[in-house]
Amino acid sequence: MSSDKIKEETIELEIVKEEFSWIGKDIPRVDAWEKVTGEAKYTDDLQFGPKLLHAKLKRSPVSHGKIINIDTKRALSLPGVKAVVTGTDFPYLIGLYLKDRNLYAVDRVRFIGEPVAGVAAISEEIAEEALELIEVEYKELPTVFDPVLGARPEAPIIHPDLGRYPHSDFIYPVPGTNISNHFKVRKGNLEEGFKNSDIIIEDSYQVPHIQHSTIETHVAIAEVDFRRNVTLWTSSQSPFAQRNLIAQAFGLPQSKVRVITPYLGGGFGSKAGVTIEACLVPLAMKVLGYPVKLRMTREEEFFGTFVRQALKAFVKMGVKKDGKIQALEVKYYWAGGAYTEYGVNITRASGYSSSGPYEIPNVKSDTYCIYTNHPVGGPYRGFGMSEIHFAIESHMDEAAVKLGMDPVEFRLLNALRGGAETLTGNKMHPTGLSDCILTVATTLNMKEKEVCKSPVKVRGKGIAAMWKAPAMPPDAGSSVFVKFNEDGSINILASGMEIGQGYHTVLTQIAAEALTIHPEKIKVLSPDTDRNPYEWQTVASRLTWSTGNALLKACQDIKDQVFALLSKSWEVNSKDLYLINGHVVCLSDPTKKIALKNVAIYGIRMPDGKLEGGPIMGHGMFVPPDVTPVDPETGQGRKPVVHFTTGAQAVEVEVDTETGVIKVLKAASAFDVGKAINPLQVKRQMEGGLVQGLSSALFEELKFDQHGKTLNPSFTDYKIATSLDVPSDIVSNIIEAPEHDGPFGARGIGEHPMIPTAAAIANAVYDAIGVRIKRLPLSPEGVLSAIKEKGGEKREEK
Amino acid sequence: MGEVIAFERGSYMRKSIHFMVNGENYNLEVFPWETLLEVLRNKIGITSPKYGCGKGECGACTVILNDEPVNSCLVLAIEIDGKRIITVEGLVKDGKLHPLQEAFIEKGAVQCGFCTPGMILSLSVLLKRNPDPSEEEIQETIAGNICRCTGYVAIVEATRHAANILSK
Repeated sequence: MSSDKIKEETIELEIVKEEFSWIGKDIPRVDAWEKVTGEAKYTDDLQFGPKLLHAKLKRSPVSHGKIINIDTKRALSLPGVKAVVTGTDFPYLIGLYLKDRNLYAVDRVRFIGEPVAGVAAISEEIAEEALELIEVEYKELPTVFDPVLGARPEAPIIHPDLGRYPHSDFIYPVPGTNISNHFKVRKGNLEEGFKNSDIIIEDSYQVPHIQHSTIETHVAIAEVDFRRNVTLWTSSQSPFAQRNLIAQAFGLPQSKVRVITPYLGGGFGSKAGVTIEACLVPLAMKVLGYPVKLRMTREEEFFGTFVRQALKAFVKMGVKKDGKIQALEVKYYWAGGAYTEYGVNITRASGYSSSGPYEIPNVKSDTYCIYTNHPVGGPYRGFGMSEIHFAIESHMDEAAVKLGMDPVEFRLLNALRGGAETLTGNKMHPTGLSDCILTVATTLNMKEKEVCKSPVKVRGKGIAAMWKAPAMPPDAGSSVFVKFNEDGSINILASGMEIGQGYHTVLTQIAAEALTIHPEKIKVLSPDTDRNPYEWQTVASRLTWSTGNALLKACQDIKDQVFALLSKSWEVNSKDLYLINGHVVCLSDPTKKIALKNVAIYGIRMPDGKLEGGPIMGHGMFVPPDVTPVDPETGQGRKPVVHFTTGAQAVEVEVDTETGVIKVLKAASAFDVGKAINPLQVKRQMEGGLVQGLSSALFEELKFDQHGKTLNPSFTDYKIATSLDVPSDIVSNIIEAPEHDGPFGARGIGEHPMIPTAAAIANAVYDAIGVRIKRLPLSPEGVLSAIKEKGGEKREEK
Repeated sequence: MGEVIAFERGSYMRKSIHFMVNGENYNLEVFPWETLLEVLRNKIGITSPKYGCGKGECGACTVILNDEPVNSCLVLAIEIDGKRIITVEGLVKDGKLHPLQEAFIEKGAVQCGFCTPGMILSLSVLLKRNPDPSEEEIQETIAGNICRCTGYVAIVEATRHAANILSK
């Protein structure tokens, strides 16, 4: 091509390139002012007056047992106690994908910490005292803690009724076992693939249970009126899922349950679905007319809400000498905890993503959700992806080592590109994955090894890539109302949650762009299920995409109504009308111009003098447009998920070979977000995710004794990253390969930044000390014993 | 609710205290077991100090007590007699935000916001003592204020930004 031709094309591209006023701009977060001044109200800040009762939960001290007897008489007679509730009072099942959980334990407990009774009293102290007066007699049963052992036919059965639990049609429980979901992928011919391989690498990896550690503990207030209308104020990511699941459990119409969700102090999945509310609502039903409040202590947070599922991963990979992956066989055993109502879908997600972001012709993948007698596993930022990517991306580096190939080149060679076939047999959409890998490798100068001055410290660099799709049922919908105020400002009524990810700001920018209204004139209202329209849940990094699309439609609805009115009044073609700075102007007649505020509330005069129009409200809805089910035996399908966000991270670490302490010095991230609506906030997501990933890689593990009791339920014994653990040099890169059905091309970025981190760090540690650590966290003890083991091997070799 | 318990338990021992919050005077009767956090949140309705652990592990309840940042969940109400308390609301002067508050907004150092009041208060004491702190000094200062969302990067950046504005 001649240089002139190239020049011409570039110019054309520039002309076509759309200029945005508010999209792609770093506007300050719209919720920041309230939050820096202390004005922002969270659930615990709401005032309920002197009638407020306080709830406390009696928890099981045994990890698996029959409840022989519960005596609540003494508790009930304690002055100040208003109600005591046990499982038999409301023996209902609840759950998102599999209804396997009772509100309170009914005749069987399955983990230490499971609620067996609840008390509502006039003070927290009295409620606490009443718990001591409740006597429960248990007969202990054999336990299961390991998911691999739990999957065996001879394992003690934790849920004998598994076959009777209602579940979504894409979940496959195996009744008579502890397997609450088994998801399969069968692609190509596995044996053939291994036969064609020059090298076969087989290994296993382990990820422990960790906890979300939101700084706001779970808190909720419930009030049931005398006509049995339930109102729930709660720190939840899922007002509508709360309403739906609670209504289903109690056999109430959804409209009798109202859920109000103020600002939320951190979610990361721990406040998705229903957790503590299942224990609170039964208490409120016993004291009609009284608001009842339940707030988790930090200690309860670690075993009384959700924890992240633990994973045992077995990976076998066949590779040709040229570096092309031929075959992959994986078995992921998820330790789902005592109830897997939500966790079963993590297993599914880990199945259809089980290959990592690579093109592999022959795949056999079995992912199992296994009941264990540990706390309830649930959604956690990444929904299983951090865990499986620790396995897959560690394994990729192992393969690269065996091949004698550069880990970056090995990844680039196998990375999924637009049009390539995924493991579920569908075509990958355009993706910036390779750009992400290249970008972080270049940023961190991967090929150069840094030397540390200290003789006992060694440095290494590591990389990991990732992919993740929103995991959700095919009918996960969003809807939005937009209403005008007399001053020309608008209110957006939607039911996604501002959980810190910047949802309110993103909606503000989208509406500002679509309606040419200044962001200062846009207000996003927090959910109230009686007032705001439906939203499935604030999970899966799906809101920018899903609510964003619904909002665009609502804005279009407003434009359609206003333009129809004005084209009639002005007697012009509505196609000639457009918006600029909050005004409607006419392309064919420049004298015609009116501010939106002058038409959006009061209507407008028609040529015959009559008034038409009135207060304008826009509405819009969105559901995933074209997702189809997969074959239950092969996992193959035309479009099992809506899209994948891809990305990569590279880190440089320094390992102290005397203490085993790992310090992450530098980190680079790159993620393909399609289009960054607010680039600064996207980068802030990348930084936060990186540090959360770093924390899970180096420090975090819920420790249990042999009976299943949580040993470290406090921030003293369960350390999460502080400001002192953050790498001094962090570079965050935004890659934009537009999403064809995303608002302005955007797709999600909330969860993704923590997904590759643990693997990238483990790979860097290998680069530094030549030892592969296959179990998280990469604790100093683990590092030291790995170094010692390697030393031993070396001596033996000599 | 404290009154009721004490009545039930027959130990009706209260102490009268006088203290100042954000420049306003308060006289209250408190029980010996009540914490400063409970008094601020439940008795005078200032809810910006948050409950995160009740044990001084997370820093979400940080307030300034006589120029020192403290975990208000670890301070007994009877200890604050005659003392001055500043909460994050008190950093706003005549409707104008503190440079740290401005910087947190501008630099996007806020996500869920639950740790933010305590974080800003700890840092405001640092800037008072050291108007030009290094990144390390900033990190040391907030080592006791845990944040799960931001990864602290933006917070350090915002603090440096505020320091630059203050020193101009």
